Amino acid sequence: MICQDSKTLLEVCGLRATVNGVEILKGMDLTVKSGEVHAIMGPNGSGKSTFAKVLAGHPAYVVTGGTVLFEGRDLFALAPEERARAGLFLGFQYPIEIPGVANSQFLRLAYNTVQTGRGRDELDPLEFDDFVREKMKLLEMNPDFLDRSVNEGFSGGEKKRNEILQMALLEPRVAILDETDSGLDIDALRIVAGGVNQLANKDNAVILVTHYQRLLNYIEPDYVHVTEAGRIIKTGPKALALELESRGYDWLSTKPGAEHGAGAAA
Amino acid sequence: MSSVLQNLVNKPYEHGFVTAIESDTAAKGLSEDTIRMISAKKKEPQWLLDFRLKAYQHWLTMTPPQWANVKYPPVDFQAISYYSAPKAKKKLASMDEVDPELLKTFEKLGVPMNERAKLAGVAVDVIFDSVSVATTYKAKLAEVGIIFCSISEAVHDHPELIRKYMGSVVPVGDNYYAALNSAVFTDGSFCFIPKGVKCPMDLSTYFRINTEESGQFERTLIIAEDGASVSYLEGCTAPKFDTNQLHAAVVELVALDNADIKYSTVQNWYAGDENGVGGIYNFVTKRGLCKGVNSRISWTQVETGSAITWKYPSCILRGENSVGEFYSVALTNHYQQADTGTKMIHIGKNTRSKIVSKGISAGHSSNSYRGLVRIAPTATGARNYSQCDSMLIGDQCSANTFPYIQVSNPGAKVEHEASTSKIGEDQLFYFAQRGIGGEEAVSMIINGFCKDVFQQLPMEFAVEATKLLGVKLEGSVG
Repeated sequence: MICQDSKTLLEVCGLRATVNGVEILKGMDLTVKSGEVHAIMGPNGSGKSTFAKVLAGHPAYVVTGGTVLFEGRDLFALAPEERARAGLFLGFQYPIEIPGVANSQFLRLAYNTVQTGRGRDELDPLEFDDFVREKMKLLEMNPDFLDRSVNEGFSGGEKKRNEILQMALLEPRVAILDETDSGLDIDALRIVAGGVNQLANKDNAVILVTHYQRLLNYIEPDYVHVTEAGRIIKTGPKALALELESRGYDWLSTKPGAEHGAGAAA
Repeated sequence: MSSVLQNLVNKPYEHGFVTAIESDTAAKGLSEDTIRMISAKKKEPQWLLDFRLKAYQHWLTMTPPQWANVKYPPVDFQAISYYSAPKAKKKLASMDEVDPELLKTFEKLGVPMNERAKLAGVAVDVIFDSVSVATTYKAKLAEVGIIFCSISEAVHDHPELIRKYMGSVVPVGDNYYAALNSAVFTDGSFCFIPKGVKCPMDLSTYFRINTEESGQFERTLIIAEDGASVSYLEGCTAPKFDTNQLHAAVVELVALDNADIKYSTVQNWYAGDENGVGGIYNFVTKRGLCKGVNSRISWTQVETGSAITWKYPSCILRGENSVGEFYSVALTNHYQQADTGTKMIHIGKNTRSKIVSKGISAGHSSNSYRGLVRIAPTATGARNYSQCDSMLIGDQCSANTFPYIQVSNPGAKVEHEASTSKIGEDQLFYFAQRGIGGEEAVSMIINGFCKDVFQQLPMEFAVEATKLLGVKLEGSVG
């Protein structure tokens, strides 16, 4: 929701970034205020996921220009783990499997590390168990999730639910969900979206990176941004997503002849 | 490779100190005279001297094994001292009379040598260079008929057992280093669990090499009679020297009908420095014989030290329904080399074996699993399951798996699974995105990777092993 007394959480200006020497982001601009939900859409290779990873600090990407302020602080002065503790969350498109490490163990370490970073108390294993079980109800998760190895042998839907569970535990200020809807059936999509809706409030913000309008039927964005070749080329209200659904991306393209091409790729 | 992965390895080796103690160290060099000298120093009976000389004659005809995936300059066997003992003022009557310097050494290493320190609840035999300096809880164990003492004492007090069993699992000419050990071994632990006795506490041997340019050649012999069971722990450390020291041990286990032996090792010999200078050559022969029906031998090892590890704890499954197990974590860093694994020789009917091997390589190290599963024609119904997983940290190290499977019985079932994974930047990034820094992430990944093996270790050892891996890898992620 767009609020009157909102605070600016994220301010991205002219962000440029490369991977293996190839420039992917070519001047991204985005301002996100508390209480807002943003959707970033665009064709494959237009820089959506790169944008998410650069903000979170993936080591493979090199920032070559622009600034990002996170609650007024220079985001790039913080190590990836410090960004997480400061309240930047990335829901992974492909969550990593960690064999032999119980989910409960991993979740508790993450939770306590972030809590400590925010000057709050840690929870011992028993307290944490109660706490996490409560959060799991939100996502209709079976308690045996806690005993299984992190993401190992999880279905696509289970992995994504586990991501949102982590979002619920870590209470981020800005949550970037990278293609959280990919690989989900309708039921899982409903549950995951329901979880996100319950977590979104007037003090935080959500950025949805997605290909499809489908997710936006469940999580209503305040703004829809369209990326092409590493830039945001159009911003509009929720209705823009519906228009993209029916017309595709080409009509927005700034590239010559794109109307007849297969869509822009970087 | 990201800078995050460059740094995980560099806490100084904390057991690298030398104890200033007066030692009786033999001149370097190996000849028949050396062997006669060792035998005389230990006041050995003639049959044992004959055993040694036979082994030595055999050794002279052999050449060092070349097949392992390790590289090192030839060992100069004449540059090693084969006997070094802390000078004892007189025969010790109790622990209180042990040289305080020695006690301090082992206190520093965290080894409970004081019998009054019952907290530990583990009986310990302590081997310092060439001799056993102390064995705790001897009297208490004797009450239930268990013999736990140094092998030198056993030679004098229980010659019939030593003559019967020593060399029965690892014959004197078994391999180059076993033959050398048989010729020059100086001490070691002996453990005998009589019929029907379940050993009431874990037994432990702690090996310490103190003298530069000395070798350690110890011999361990464990016998579990019908229905007996024992859990045995072995720990090892050595000071830091720029030279390489040779450790060539022989361990023999014998399990009779329905007996159960569990042998756990946490090996933390000095591994050399970050440039690969110094460190222990650990060339060890460990073998267990499941002689009786329903017997079981289980090896668990956590190998973190040594410049070179060459070691294959094995089981010969002769008794019907006998079970052999091998659980191993081998971690190599810097320029360490490990070629380690197991042999499971199935002879009896319905014998079963299980191999779980976890290799972790970091730095410029090389880590190989080498294992043999042999099913003899007689081993109807035999089964084996092997799982060999390798994990790489960084991109300068290597991991290899050399499984040998020989099946001569059509009814046998043999399964082998292998995997290689890498701690990469994507994994570390995932942890970082959840607020967890590099070292903690690596430690969690490694402990998860090793879980199946750590679960097999006695509690205190599991804690120690977990800590040890953390220390060994400290600095390789930064």
